[in-house]
Amino acid sequence: MDWRGRTVLLTGASRGLGEALAVELGRAGARLALVAREEQALTRVVRAVREAGGEAHPVPGDVSSADAAARIAGVATALLGSIEVVIHNASSLGPVPLRPLAETSDAAFEEALATNLVGPFRLSRALVGPMALRGGGLVVQVSSDAATTPYPGWGAYGASKAALEHLGRIWDAELAASGVRFVNVDPGEMDTRMHRDAMPEADPASLARPEQVAQRLVQTLSAELRAGKVPAEAPR
Amino acid sequence: MIHALATLQAPITPAHRLLHVDPDGGELADRSLDALPALLRPGDLLVVNDAATLPASLAATAPDGSAMEIRLAGEEGDGLWRCVLLGSGDWRTPTESRPPPPLLEPGAVVRFAADFSARVERVAGVSPRLVWLRFSPSGERFWRALYRHGRPVQYAYESLPLSLDRVQTPYAARPWSSEMPSAGRGLTLPLLRRLRSRGVELASLTHAAGLSSTGDGELDAALPLPERFEIPEATVAALEAARHSGGRVVAVGTTVVRALEGSAAAHGGQVRPGADTTPLILGPGHRRVVVDGLLSGIHARDSSHYGLLRAFLPPPLDTHYLLQVASGGYRGHEFGDSTLILSAQTRR
Repeated sequence: MDWRGRTVLLTGASRGLGEALAVELGRAGARLALVAREEQALTRVVRAVREAGGEAHPVPGDVSSADAAARIAGVATALLGSIEVVIHNASSLGPVPLRPLAETSDAAFEEALATNLVGPFRLSRALVGPMALRGGGLVVQVSSDAATTPYPGWGAYGASKAALEHLGRIWDAELAASGVRFVNVDPGEMDTRMHRDAMPEADPASLARPEQVAQRLVQTLSAELRAGKVPAEAPR
Repeated sequence: MIHALATLQAPITPAHRLLHVDPDGGELADRSLDALPALLRPGDLLVVNDAATLPASLAATAPDGSAMEIRLAGEEGDGLWRCVLLGSGDWRTPTESRPPPPLLEPGAVVRFAADFSARVERVAGVSPRLVWLRFSPSGERFWRALYRHGRPVQYAYESLPLSLDRVQTPYAARPWSSEMPSAGRGLTLPLLRRLRSRGVELASLTHAAGLSSTGDGELDAALPLPERFEIPEATVAALEAARHSGGRVVAVGTTVVRALEGSAAAHGGQVRPGADTTPLILGPGHRRVVVDGLLSGIHARDSSHYGLLRAFLPPPLDTHYLLQVASGGYRGHEFGDSTLILSAQTRR
């Protein structure tokens, strides 16, 4: 019952873990604003959530672009009311195929930072104010063990995720007194397109299904919701 | 020329100066917004307007092919908006100097993009520039189209166009306002935390602040138009608690005064929770029944906000205020300094 009526903004919602999270949260009763670049894929996920009995609205947008945060926050808030939970799930590997830092272009490195670090920073900044005023909110940042383990070839991605995790810790230190919690989560390796892009040789059968990971993650976040005081938006 | 002095090209910097007026003592003091927690007492209640600012300005093509601007002045239903028509030109020209817009008949269609248009449903009696538009698409696709094609209303005194994130208060939530409810612009999250630490209570409501200027004298004289608002149960409870404990109710912005006093005026002196619309226009001599104090911008003599300010400033304080604003070099407009009108006594 933790998610019934909760307003959630989820990025990277058109496939992989984002898609699975959208369906899982929608099934649990959350009201969702789903963000992704590809409108067609997003529309498909919105339909899947609605078929599962959930409420979802597509918010096409690219979190890595400079003016996206105000537009995404505006559309999502117009449709759902105040956002109670944000899940920064959109992610970029940087160079594909992966390559050593010495072979990584400026553009690929900057793309990883723009999507994985600067985008979440801007979107959080646009959404935490009303959370702090209301006295609570939860911001979830999807990270990776590449944030702490220096895997060769994962330079742009790993550096961006390490910075994202520290960004979350600082947000949390600044806003915890206002009731706004930031948490970093590591979903582990999954059978997704991103994983295939990164490690085409991996055996999909050896990897977790995004649906299973999403179930586990939603349970973890339910505990966070219970632990933190995240006031529910008044019914509209 | 008090107006001109108070509104000279305001640089875009955080508003730090606070002109504190004590109506009982008749004193005006030059403070900074940073001093706000010290000027309030534990148990005082600060009520803010959490409406976010819409990208309320749309470049449009009239049925005759001419360029015009349409500004959203208030939502009246799904896809139905009260709108103001402006002539061609952009934010560099003050609205009153823009050419008149083409006049539209009911049924006329204006276009913003290939897949975004609006049909005129009704033209207001007060001015042909005030119209009701039915947007297509409606629903969630309306909001996506609006945020793709709309821009925030711009101000001729700015040197660069404002982006959407620049016209939001720090706690902006639902996008209901045509222009920024700017009184709260300086209430940063650290300042809100300091206020809470001091024991000051915070509450919010959502009020759809309308347009500040239309470029049409007759329509400007009718501002503000009726505006909708929504007051949460928790805010009504906080008002009750302040009343019982002797705390002062301080409205952040004239929109909050309008919502609270408008609700009370419609319900026998009691603020009711929920959504409503108010036609209330406050001015000199208005007897307030809810709000004790006001945190607002610096308002010049000829603005509609100054009229509301005078509901808090009995003569000769209103004149003293204007003189102090001019001689003290306070910055007016949306990005300027602040006024706090608050006496040591509660209104009751």
